[in-house]
Amino acid sequence: MTGGRAGYDDVVVTTPVTVPYVRYSMRGAHWFLARALTGLLKQSGLGKDRIDGLCVSSFTLTPDSAVGLTQHLGMTLRWLDHIPMGGACGVVALRRAARAVQSGDATAVACIAGDTNHTDSFRLNLGTFSQFARDAVYPYGSGGPNASFAFITDYYMRKYGAKREDFGKLCVAQRANALKFPYALMKKPLTLEEYLNARVIAEPLRLYDCVMPCAGAEAFLVLRRGDAEKLDQPYARLLATIERHNAFPDDPIQYRSGWALDCDELYAQAGVGPRDINVVAAYDDYPVINVMQLEDLGFCNKGESPDFVRRHSFTAEGSFPFNTSGGQLSVGQAGAAGGFLGLVEIIRQITGQTIGAAVTKARFGLASGFGMINYDRGLCSGAVILATRQQ
Amino acid sequence: MTRPLTRPPRKNPILRTRVPNLPPGSRSRVTLGLTAAAARGRLELQTCRDCGTVQYPPREACRVCLSQRLEWKVQNGTGELLSETTLHHSNELFYRERLPWRLGMVRLDCGPVVVAHLHGDCVRPPSRVCIHANIDRAGQAALVAMPEKDTPNMADDRQLREMTCDPKFRKVLITDAKSPVGQSLVEAIVKAGADLVWAGYAEPWKKPPGFERLSSLPQVSLVPLDLTDSRAVKNLAGEIGGRVDILINTADHHRNYGINAREGIEVARAEMDINYFGLLRLAQEFAPAMRARGADGQSSAVAWVNLLSIFALSNFPPHGTYSASKAAALSLAQCLRAEFAPAGVRVINVFPGPIDDEWNQALPPPQIAPSRVAAEILEALRGGAEDVFPGDVAEDWMARWRDNPKVLERELAAMR
Repeated sequence: MTGGRAGYDDVVVTTPVTVPYVRYSMRGAHWFLARALTGLLKQSGLGKDRIDGLCVSSFTLTPDSAVGLTQHLGMTLRWLDHIPMGGACGVVALRRAARAVQSGDATAVACIAGDTNHTDSFRLNLGTFSQFARDAVYPYGSGGPNASFAFITDYYMRKYGAKREDFGKLCVAQRANALKFPYALMKKPLTLEEYLNARVIAEPLRLYDCVMPCAGAEAFLVLRRGDAEKLDQPYARLLATIERHNAFPDDPIQYRSGWALDCDELYAQAGVGPRDINVVAAYDDYPVINVMQLEDLGFCNKGESPDFVRRHSFTAEGSFPFNTSGGQLSVGQAGAAGGFLGLVEIIRQITGQTIGAAVTKARFGLASGFGMINYDRGLCSGAVILATRQQ
Repeated sequence: MTRPLTRPPRKNPILRTRVPNLPPGSRSRVTLGLTAAAARGRLELQTCRDCGTVQYPPREACRVCLSQRLEWKVQNGTGELLSETTLHHSNELFYRERLPWRLGMVRLDCGPVVVAHLHGDCVRPPSRVCIHANIDRAGQAALVAMPEKDTPNMADDRQLREMTCDPKFRKVLITDAKSPVGQSLVEAIVKAGADLVWAGYAEPWKKPPGFERLSSLPQVSLVPLDLTDSRAVKNLAGEIGGRVDILINTADHHRNYGINAREGIEVARAEMDINYFGLLRLAQEFAPAMRARGADGQSSAVAWVNLLSIFALSNFPPHGTYSASKAAALSLAQCLRAEFAPAGVRVINVFPGPIDDEWNQALPPPQIAPSRVAAEILEALRGGAEDVFPGDVAEDWMARWRDNPKVLERELAAMR
């Protein structure tokens, strides 16, 4: 089983949409997904009947899947996918949609992700998140992802000498970015001192290490370049993608993920290297995952991210622009939309449609995803590299 | 180091008793295998018969070779603590009421990595620990990482005490304290630090040797209790029922022979009246208050122990009607366990082999000493088990029953 991977030719990504986040909502997931779709149609000028492919990610859509949503929203489609991959769903949705458009199985694919958040829905989802979670994790303290990432963080800090201040620097920088992003739920500046002295959630994690669950949705369109130009939609070209599931299963505690296996291939397919990337959106439900991505995606060596963090500013205007919308840590985690947030921000940066802090002359952007703490670690990882239209 | 438990102050009668909450209790069917082993006080993990891989969490196929020939095998639980956290936030009420809560990830020497409750005396990772499987308040197996070597007062660990039924500073009713097992139990439970032992007795004219000495212990309070008398059971429950933390039903009526050797049903009826209806009367009167006190502070209601018999599993024809009454009691005890589940009160069933007492005089050795039965009951209360098989005969019959109940039936029929 060999064979090089085909490029993406003239597949493009357009129309970044965010449905404003709220902490709690009485609406269902369908409401947020419908608004996301409406946003795509309005912004692109496409009629609903021109969308012939749909890719959906949502945790709270149950008992419906993408299929139910077609009837719910009155769409007749010839291509449909449902990506239950949490934080990796944006990257994976784009990969699937791009091949569908490239092969002609669909001409316009709407990728939407969103969730609602009722006052008790987060807890109810945790208990039934996966068989292993229900059998072997949730009964132990019922800490949810906070507990899982506390284990990973504790291990990483001991193994590589990372300090709370290192994680704090990323959180503080992301907050600075978020203050310019209109949809961020966190509106107040964050100081390192506040970060370090916040209330303990799951040692060593404190309040500002943890994402806040909320309701909201994100969306983008995948088209052929010609169609995007006809619609007068600014677009980003898709240079390269990777995905991996259950990488390094024999690591007793997670300190790396699939990117470490696939990152060379990602840059080879894109024809650029880590130094060429102008803006990065990493999956940031907890800062330890940020630093893991910096290493596994080749921005620094394994174990060297504490030093890397100390050398950069991570704001949109500073060195190494990173999670320029504020990331989930400052915008909020709207369920599966968390897997889209970074990618949608990279589309905005690359197409010059930022609504927050803009990175000047961003030619290449990288978005990565990470998801699904099935038992003790995130299983899904992925990344994409997007480029501006003029290359 | 664990701080030793102190005697709880008298309960303030004005304060509302907390409603019991439970840790999450839902499990896939395959994971109930872990619970089935923990119910007997064992840590067993799925092991592949084809490639030998030991795996956790439980699966429907071997994660290495995909074989479905998986069996549950006893593991010694030793391993390395790799990572830890202490929760100061939880999504479930049971834990919210008990924060902070310490957890660890442990790589077992036999292979898999487990998430476990972490005993307070385990030192920071990396360190050596030993995993035990306890039945938690939800009635499911819970893995607990303990220090590799015993530490002072380790049973008093706050988290561990939520997964055990330690009699220390608890109030215990022993329904028949006169029988040989009853006497041994009174002694063992007092020694284990119980606050108060109500020693039940019927037939006040019977004065077995040793009973007087036990009843003079300061922790022991004699209470008349005849399980055949519904009113007497009700009255006693009215008097002490709201304070019983552990109830140990040792009352037992044991006569020999099966069907043919006797005429009429009087003896069988007397056996049923104590062994089955006695349990039913007790349960109806004492269980409601215990259910309400499943989360009543440091010394909440925690356990109900039934002294059954290994004859409950399969009829032993030389003691045929007695076996039948114990089988009835076992069935009722399973019902009681299900009804206690929402309160987090553990029902412990004890299946001793023939006890060295007057009614087993004619049975060949080995017989089990009453003190050993008492010791194993105490061990179950302090540990995590809910089914106890004291003595070599009980272990042997249990193994045969698990292997093939029909074969055991034939073997028992052949015993005379």
